[in-house]
Amino acid sequence: MTKHLKIIDYAITSLLRRRYKSFAILAAYSLTVTTLASVLFLTHALRTETDYIMQGVPDLIVQRTIAGRHELIPVDYAEKIGAIPGVSGIRPRYWGYYYDGLTEANYTLLGSGGEPAPLQMLTGRLPVNPGESAVGAGVAALRGSAVSGELILVNSRNIGVLFQVTGLFRSESNLLTNDLVVLTDRDIVDFFGFPPGEATDFAVSIPQSSEIQTIAAKIKQLYPDTRPITKRELTRTYDMVFGWRSGMMLTVFCAAIIAFCIMAWDKATGLSADEKLEIGILKAIGWDTADVLALKFWEGLIISLTAFLSGMILAYVHVFFFNGFVLAAVIKGWSVLFPTFRLTPAFNLFYVLIMGFFTVVPYVASTVIPTWRAAITDPDSVMRG
Amino acid sequence: MILHPGVLALNIGSAITLLMLLYATVTGTVIIFRWDYSSSSAAQLMLERRTYLISTLVNYSLGFQVLSLILFIYCLDDIHQLFIGAMCATGSLNANPVGWYALLSKIMVFFLAGFWIALNVIDQKAEEYPLIKLKYLLLILLLPCIVLDFYLQISYFLGLDPAIITSCCGSLFGGDGDGAASSLAALPLVPSMLAFYGYFLVFSMIVCLNLYFASAALRVLLTLASALFLVLAIVSIISFVSTYIYELPTHHCPFDIMQRGYHFIGYPIYLTLLLGSYFGMLPGLFQPLKKISCLRQIIGAAETKWLTWSLTGVTLFVILVTYAINLSKLTYFQ
Repeated sequence: MTKHLKIIDYAITSLLRRRYKSFAILAAYSLTVTTLASVLFLTHALRTETDYIMQGVPDLIVQRTIAGRHELIPVDYAEKIGAIPGVSGIRPRYWGYYYDGLTEANYTLLGSGGEPAPLQMLTGRLPVNPGESAVGAGVAALRGSAVSGELILVNSRNIGVLFQVTGLFRSESNLLTNDLVVLTDRDIVDFFGFPPGEATDFAVSIPQSSEIQTIAAKIKQLYPDTRPITKRELTRTYDMVFGWRSGMMLTVFCAAIIAFCIMAWDKATGLSADEKLEIGILKAIGWDTADVLALKFWEGLIISLTAFLSGMILAYVHVFFFNGFVLAAVIKGWSVLFPTFRLTPAFNLFYVLIMGFFTVVPYVASTVIPTWRAAITDPDSVMRG
Repeated sequence: MILHPGVLALNIGSAITLLMLLYATVTGTVIIFRWDYSSSSAAQLMLERRTYLISTLVNYSLGFQVLSLILFIYCLDDIHQLFIGAMCATGSLNANPVGWYALLSKIMVFFLAGFWIALNVIDQKAEEYPLIKLKYLLLILLLPCIVLDFYLQISYFLGLDPAIITSCCGSLFGGDGDGAASSLAALPLVPSMLAFYGYFLVFSMIVCLNLYFASAALRVLLTLASALFLVLAIVSIISFVSTYIYELPTHHCPFDIMQRGYHFIGYPIYLTLLLGSYFGMLPGLFQPLKKISCLRQIIGAAETKWLTWSLTGVTLFVILVTYAINLSKLTYFQ
């Protein structure tokens, strides 16, 4: 134990003596870790955000499709669907997208009758009377609604409508409410010009989760023009998409890992005359090959850990303080028109293990043979020059 | 499926370690045929130097192999969300039954790799490399296991299809089924608990006897006792420990305990169990090597360490399990 502590001590001084070379490897190593860890952190953060969203998603959503496209659903469908055993409640939801030419952003307009559960985190109150609205933090900041208490939107007949802002969302997950404008159901119908007796879709509550699939099949049988979407399907799709996207990115960055390994191999192979002399002297004064290998092992470990830690910290800062500006567009995919939002910091210990397999294993593999070559150097051949 | 970050890391890591091991085995084979310790030729000197390279390569790759068991289990747990019907790693494994063999082979490799590393440590402490041929012969035998492990792992992940409807742990480890897993879950509670704690006492006594008496028979007994403890502990986890952790008398899954909802308690539980039984198996396995005179003292010194580690690991395991049982709101007894 004491022996290894002394070897570590020597390894640190020896790395500091060759500080430019050590720093070059450290920089490249950290950069590789930062890039890969950013991809993982970003995906994980987005998955956490979707988990928040999924908490508020109804057990089953019923949409209507015509010619393969989403259509408005007649409200009287609700009667028969609500009568299916196992369904505890059904309510029509009125919502839609609104492109705001003024701020060049898309908002989501939602009727207050269809509010999902996490929206209860609110300062102020939800709209009750016609002409009232509640808005997300992103919309409020873009339109200055927090100050004025008013929001003007242009309806489907190209007439500007004034809404009083009665509430502001302070959601735990920004992604959920950032672009949200909540109006009363009647205001939404009027604003978008919905035909009477039609809603965007139905939210169906089913308390017993094992019955969801059967009920979805029954609805499909009852109304063949509908498309029931279960909560589980949505979760799985998000998981697949994020997992697949980050996997793709990591595969692309494998080229970076290979390049880094070549560099590590090259640096470990090209021992300078000084280093050779150092190993020669160490062996001449009594170190054996195993000791020199231990020295090289500790040097490698010190470089790996330092690079690993700094790379992880940089990635964390990049993703959670700068919103992953380098990679976000590729992984998020839908962000072009979306107002900016801040990711909720989320960390998973297993990512350390994954990153270890991605970077430390290739690094060790590419340096082990050159290291051994250095360790078996004959003292007399080196000192004779 | 293959593009999941964890799966990608696991496969890349395994491929690299396999390559390292392959290189080491080829070099080791050359050493088996040309080794002559009495010779002082340049070729023999080179071979002696190569033994350092092989040790380093094998130590690294077997070390990574041990870590890959943890990563594999994490991946299984993480990808279960992609399958209809899966609620934990059991569902992911049922989605492509090759996974069960992959898991089994990973556990086997964990032990075999551990035994090899211990053998290497002992051999490096002796001056004359007395075990060199045995060591590399075992390495040649170990390689097919690792290749098989890699093959099973790859074919498991490639064979996963998200469209498959899989069954969850509730149906496999339910007490009403007629499979082996169900019969374990249906074991009566009080006798299982008595057997578990009683056997722990017997095991601790065997370790203590081993610490005081250097008898070969006792060492071999401990090896058998450790293997039995491993089996009995897993049976106990399925039979009653899991129900306490889930606070649900009908839920017996041995994988769910590794999830976030249960504070990942499964990882320390399984790690201490694996380490405790691994160190317990070592002294008996190394008995035949004590016949080599220069190794007798080295093995003797190592045995004391192994025994201490074994007792520590197993005791920590039992403490963790008992802690989880005590903390649970589920009570079988008033």
